[in-house]
Amino acid sequence: MKLEQIMEVLEAKVCTDAAFDDIEILAACGSDLMSDALAFGENKGLLLTGLNNPQCIRTAEMMDINCVVLVRGKEPDDALVTLANEKEIVVMRTDYSMYTSCGLLYSAGLSGGDIS
Amino acid sequence: MAQVLTQKYVVGADDFAAAGAASAAVKKTLKQLSFPVDFIRRTSIAMYEGEINMVIHGGGGIASVEIYEDCVKITLADTGPGIPDIEQAMQEGFSTATDSIRELGFGAGMGLPNIKKQSDEFEIISEIGKGTKLTITLNANS
Ligand SMILES: Nc1ncnc2c1ncn2[C@@H]1O[C@H](COP(=O)(O)OP(=O)(O)OP(=O)(O)O)[C@@H](O)[C@H]1O
Ligand SMILES: [Mg+2]
Repeated sequence: MKLEQIMEVLEAKVCTDAAFDDIEILAACGSDLMSDALAFGENKGLLLTGLNNPQCIRTAEMMDINCVVLVRGKEPDDALVTLANEKEIVVMRTDYSMYTSCGLLYSAGLSGGDIS
Repeated sequence: MAQVLTQKYVVGADDFAAAGAASAAVKKTLKQLSFPVDFIRRTSIAMYEGEINMVIHGGGGIASVEIYEDCVKITLADTGPGIPDIEQAMQEGFSTATDSIRELGFGAGMGLPNIKKQSDEFEIISEIGKGTKLTITLNANS
């Protein structure tokens, strides 16, 4: 699924400068605990999280994740956005909860990559 | 096996926002040296988990990274409280993290088991009141 479509499905707003027209996401993971994502998020392109601090960007960076979606309407912290811009990681925010965000994306055809 | 380079980082425990900077720097170096993408990811994840542990549990410490042609050896040494029961600490889900640490996004009890999973060689030495030393090696062609 293209990031553009993910943005539409989640009615999300983009908070960073990096271009993302061509980014294709094959699977996603969602967690507020970063070690959980680091242990189970292999080969995912998208991280959904409620964690509003720069460590969600560090986690994405280590895992080669292109985009982080902040759920529950959080306005991202400045240090988070600065680091994301430096690392060219796209950050979006959505008003939907974690559960609803994941459900909406899953229904739209984006899998978790763990069940076939 | 020829050593390519050595890096040393001081990992401070006072600035949580900066945690992970050493792992990010190592990741950048490994990319510049054109190591395989999967190897770089494994190494970054393992080092980052270890670096975060040093920050949240170990009171900060020193990260030493030796980069060889086909492997990387990482030593993370802190002078923190130490781990009373390593076997227990290695179990998935075991964590002594407080709620305030969990609010920072850590404390699933997944770090150490994941470091072990990502690494080809894994050693942890800890002494109560003295500190913890984690040494891991990752081979590029495994
Ligand atoms: N450097 C360290 N110094 C002291 N104690 C440590 C250190 N590293 C780990 N521990 C202890 O081992 C436990 C398990 O570590 P582990 O990394 O697996 O989980 P965690 O850090 O609690 O949570 P997570 O890594 O999932 O965010 C910790 O909760 C802590 O009690
Ligand atoms: Mg940990």
